[in-house]
Amino acid sequence: MSGTNNMNLTLKVWRQKNAQTAGKFVTYKAEGISPDMSFLEMLDVVNESLVHKGEDPIYFDHDCREGICGMCSLYINGHPHGPKRAITTCQLHMRTFHDGQTITIEPWRAAPFPVIKDLAVDRSAFDRIQQAGGYVSVNTGGVPDANEIAIPKVIADEAFNSATCIGCGACVAACKNASAMLFVSAKVSQLGMLPQGQPERYRRVQSMVAQMDEEGFGNCTNTGACEAECPKEISLTNISRMNNDYFSAKLFRQEELHEQSHGEG
Amino acid sequence: MSEFKQTFNSSLGKKLIMALTGLFLCTFLIVHLGGNLLLFKNDDGFAFNVYANFLTHFPPIEVIAYLLYLSILVHALYALILTIKNRKARPVGYAVQAKSDASWSSKNMGLLGSILFLFIVIHMSDFWYRYKYSGSMNYKEYRTDLSSGVTQSVEFAPTSTNFENSVQTENNFEIVRVKDLHERVQQSFSQWWYVLFYVIAMGAVSFHLLHGFQSAFRTMGWVHRKYTPIVEFIGTWFFAVIMPLGFAAMPVVYFFTRS
Ligand code: SF4
Ligand code: FES
Repeated sequence: MSGTNNMNLTLKVWRQKNAQTAGKFVTYKAEGISPDMSFLEMLDVVNESLVHKGEDPIYFDHDCREGICGMCSLYINGHPHGPKRAITTCQLHMRTFHDGQTITIEPWRAAPFPVIKDLAVDRSAFDRIQQAGGYVSVNTGGVPDANEIAIPKVIADEAFNSATCIGCGACVAACKNASAMLFVSAKVSQLGMLPQGQPERYRRVQSMVAQMDEEGFGNCTNTGACEAECPKEISLTNISRMNNDYFSAKLFRQEELHEQSHGEG
Repeated sequence: MSEFKQTFNSSLGKKLIMALTGLFLCTFLIVHLGGNLLLFKNDDGFAFNVYANFLTHFPPIEVIAYLLYLSILVHALYALILTIKNRKARPVGYAVQAKSDASWSSKNMGLLGSILFLFIVIHMSDFWYRYKYSGSMNYKEYRTDLSSGVTQSVEFAPTSTNFENSVQTENNFEIVRVKDLHERVQQSFSQWWYVLFYVIAMGAVSFHLLHGFQSAFRTMGWVHRKYTPIVEFIGTWFFAVIMPLGFAAMPVVYFFTRS
C-alpha cells in the first residue's frame, strides 16, 4: 500500500465515550493513504495503527460498504457523507481529498440521535417511526399474478424513487432544524402511492408523523438542505405529498386514528 | 375537538398555521399596496385621506383588520415556538459547516421575520395607533366645486374633541372633513433615517416572501408540475420584486419631492 500518490492527512475526529459524557475533538495523522481507498478504509487504517499502539480505536458505523444499507454516517468537513453529491460515506474515495488536507469528522448531530460512542449515533428513532406505520398488510391465500394490478409507469417510478431511501439519516444531519421529514415522507410515499399501500394510507401517515414528533425531531422550513445532501437524492416533493395526505386525513376524512389502531387492514 | 387540537399541535399542524397566516398576510399586502398607491395622486391627500377614513369606519373592514392583527401575532408566536423546538432538536452544533445549496432567505426567515415584526410595531404605532387613539391628528377640509370639479383643501379644526368626519353639500360645494393622515405621511417620510428604515424593511419583505410564499404552498401539500412554477413565478416576481418596490417607492418619492 505504498503508491507514489499516497497522501498524508490530518484528521480531527470527534471522540466521545458515550451519550452521558461530553466529547471532544482529537487530532490524528493518517499517513500513506492511497487515493483509491474508501473513506471507511482510511479509517480502518488509522484504527489499525491505534490498536497497535494500544489505544481505543475510533468507533464508527458501517455494514454493506456499497451504498445500500444506510449504516455508514459521518459528517465530513461540513457535509453528511462528505463533500460529494449523491453518495454514502462508504462510496466516498480518498481521491476527493488532497495531500496535506485537514479533515474534520463529526457524528450526526440531533437530539433524537444520541451518540453511542465517538462517531456512531443511535438511529433507532427511525426504526420506531417505521414500526409505527411503514408497512402494508398482506392477505394470505393463493399467489396473485405479478402484474394483476395495473400501476401507471410514472406512479411506479415515483414510488420507486421514494423507496430508494436507505434510512441513513443524512437528511436530519444536514437540516438546520434537525427535521426528519424527508425520511418520513419518503417512507410514507413509497407505500402511499401504490395500490397495495392504500388500505393503511391515511392511518400510516398519521401514525408515522405522530411518532416522528414524539422522537423530538425539528420542523421542516422547506430549506432543501436535506434534498441536496441525501445520498439517494430523495426529493423535497415527498414532504409536500406527506403533508397533503396528513392534512386530508386529519381535516377532510372520517378516519379516526385511535379507533382504528386495532382494526383490520 | 381533542382530535382538532392534536392536529394543530403536531409539527405539520403548526406548519400549516404558519402557511395559512402567512398567505393571509400576503393577500393583505396586495390590498395595502393598492390602496396606498393613492399617495401618488397629486391631490393634497384627498383620495388617500378619504380612503383611510373609509378603512377605519367601515365595520366589515374593521373585523378583517382585527383578524389581520391576530394573524401577525399568531404567525410570530408559532415561528418562535417552532424555532425553539428546532433548536432543541440539535443541542450540540457542528464544528464545521460547509456552504449548502439552500437559499439564503430560506435559512434566515427568523431574522427577516424579526426585522418585519419590529417594522410592523413602529409602522402601526406611527400611523394606525396615532390615527385611531392619540387625538393628536390634524384635520383637513376638502371643498369640491360640483360644477367645475375642482377641489381645494384647507386646514380645519373641529370644535368637538371626538369629531371623526363629515360630508355635506352647501351651495353647490361638497365639503369633506377628515383626519389628515396624509400630513403624517409627509412628515414621517421627510426624515432620511425613517425613509432608510422603510427601505430596509421592504428589503426584508422581499427576501421573506421570496422563500415564504412558495414555501407556504409546499407546506400545504400543493406541489404540482404545472402549478408550482406559476406559484414560484408569482412569489418571486410579484411578492419579492414588484410589491416591495412599490412600497419602498412611497417613502423615497415623498422624501425627494418634499417641499
Ligand atoms: S431521505 Fe436520503 S438522507 Fe434521509 S434517510 Fe433517506 S436516504 Fe438518508
Ligand atoms: S456501509 Fe452500507 S451504505 Fe455505507
